[in-house]
Amino acid sequence: MVPLSWYLILAAALFCIGVFGALARRNAVGILMGIELMLNAVNINLVAFWRHIGPDQMTGQLFAIFVITVAAAEAAVGLALIIAIYRQRNTVNVEEIDMMKG
Amino acid sequence: MDYLRNFFVNLARSWTAWIGGFLPDWGVNLVNYLVVGIILVLMPVIATLTLTWMERKVIGRIQNRIGPNRVGPWGIFQAFADAVKMLIKEDIVPSGADKPVFNLAPILIAGAAALLWAVVPFGRGMIGQNLNIGALYVVAVGSITTIAVIMAGWSSNNKFALLGAFRVVAQLLSYEIPMVLSIATVVLVTGTMRMGDIVERQVAPFIVVLPVAFITYLLAAAAETGRAPFDLLEADSEIVAGYFVEYSGLKFGWFYIAEYGNLFAIAAITTTLFLGGWRGPFVSVAPALGPFYFVIKSVAVIFVLMWIRGTWPRFRIDQMLAFAWKVLVPASLANLLWSAIVLQIGRQPEQLGPTIVQMILLLVGNVAILAVTGLLLGRAARRYAAQHGWAGA
Amino acid sequence: MFLFVVFALIALAAAVGVITSRKPVYSALFLLLNFATLAALYIMVEAQFLAAVQIIVYAGAVIVLFLFVVMLIGGGELDDIGGRNKKFLARLTWPRGIALVLGLGLLVAVGYGLLSGQLMTATNDAAAFGQGSVQAIAAVLYTDYALPFELASILLLVGMIGAVALAQPPKKD
Repeated sequence: MVPLSWYLILAAALFCIGVFGALARRNAVGILMGIELMLNAVNINLVAFWRHIGPDQMTGQLFAIFVITVAAAEAAVGLALIIAIYRQRNTVNVEEIDMMKG
Repeated sequence: MDYLRNFFVNLARSWTAWIGGFLPDWGVNLVNYLVVGIILVLMPVIATLTLTWMERKVIGRIQNRIGPNRVGPWGIFQAFADAVKMLIKEDIVPSGADKPVFNLAPILIAGAAALLWAVVPFGRGMIGQNLNIGALYVVAVGSITTIAVIMAGWSSNNKFALLGAFRVVAQLLSYEIPMVLSIATVVLVTGTMRMGDIVERQVAPFIVVLPVAFITYLLAAAAETGRAPFDLLEADSEIVAGYFVEYSGLKFGWFYIAEYGNLFAIAAITTTLFLGGWRGPFVSVAPALGPFYFVIKSVAVIFVLMWIRGTWPRFRIDQMLAFAWKVLVPASLANLLWSAIVLQIGRQPEQLGPTIVQMILLLVGNVAILAVTGLLLGRAARRYAAQHGWAGA
Repeated sequence: MFLFVVFALIALAAAVGVITSRKPVYSALFLLLNFATLAALYIMVEAQFLAAVQIIVYAGAVIVLFLFVVMLIGGGELDDIGGRNKKFLARLTWPRGIALVLGLGLLVAVGYGLLSGQLMTATNDAAAFGQGSVQAIAAVLYTDYALPFELASILLLVGMIGAVALAQPPKKD
């Protein structure tokens, strides 16, 4: 059986890659992908803790399901926002979408 | 008698015992996995070779032609001739294509077609893997097809292919919902997601208990596999051949195999969910009849799909999406709700499958939903005809 | 153990692919690969339902949405981390530098915390509880977690309405 810490290290690595992607990308779609990576890394943690600490309780899996729900809603709204911005400004580069700058 | 009841399980056991005599344990597992894998991969190929011939014959008869009649008696070897032609054709990759994605798409779509067979029960215990999420697995594998189609359409660097891919996204996502809802109704009534157990608990075929779910599933499945009248994704008169217009040779062959493999798989799943699977007279005495009944029922479903293809004109894309969202989804939602209510009436603990009373109630509700849907559709059609000043208004 | 390492490496490689690919379509496909390997990991810990949901929601809906948007808005190249003609340091502008430092710092901190703590192995058998199964999840989801469940469905409804409202073309006067 795989030790719990291996899962946690994998999740941490994926989360860090996601953080880097979300911060370093300039394309709004790329940023959303980074966020999806981070959400999935969290899911690995939840499932690993469920499996190793309390397989007789469903909490970990249920949280993972809720995270997936939130991720789906977030992707739908985020991509709709991107399309709306693209219609207005003809770009998805977040450095050019700075109308709020004083 | 007990041996006969679990004929296929015992057959598999004796086979394992026999090869276990001269192979180590891991060798036995390897051989068994290989055998199952080869069967899974072969299923779509067999389906293609037989169904193309059947389709051309059936469509030919509907259109008052004879169909293939040159290669072999009644042209039954036509499919093999086509296969050879496809194999020796030149494989062309368009210069503007995105090579990795272009090459990956046919593999993915054919793989998905093969994967579907893992949960199809051909007989009692004759199932690749009786997964506890079998019904969900079918939906999950179906969504891989969507991705593969988009990959093919985008990577071809061809406007028609990309248009075809766009249509696929709209169509498959819309029709997935009524399909999942009708599967959910069956899962709710049987109380299990294992495909094998769904058949076991199907005392009466669900086509007579849940006709709304059956019709919804069949229409959604026809749309999912891109069959006429829902073949907008490859409508040859509008967008040439849709997403696989740039493919040739063996790669085109993979799309072809995936199409017919999916058709057969969809028919097999319809049989499992709604037609009682391998159930039939004398199956408990001679279980070898199970797969025979199963194939007969599947072929009957395929024939109905071909019949529809041969007689109906193609929908327009907006009509088709409106049909999914405004007709199929409300009808199957109402059906799901009614099933949930009926199953709460007189529910016994540890009950497996619906009781007779529940089945009658389910049927009554289904007939009512069908009648209301038909009434509303007829009224809408009359209004539409009156607006356009057509006859019959 | 061996399978876990293989899937973990594929997942990591796919994640790196997501953030370094120049074409957004490649990014989306790498993301799909990442999600698929995670589904495989879920199957390994006997959470089959979660694996199926992962494939259906991510492969069937989220990735399709990503691909659709990328194709709709042209899908031009991301002038990004994988820029071809510049040296590595020249591409390391200050936001990226900070991102790299933050990401690595987080990884080191978490890694150190994990390795200095004790390594825990699973002692219980999830299959014995039947916990990967749909029944077990449904039994808890529709009783103890009924309120979060309803809230999640309201969130989905709001998300759906929001997406439709946002993506509508602007009205012409």
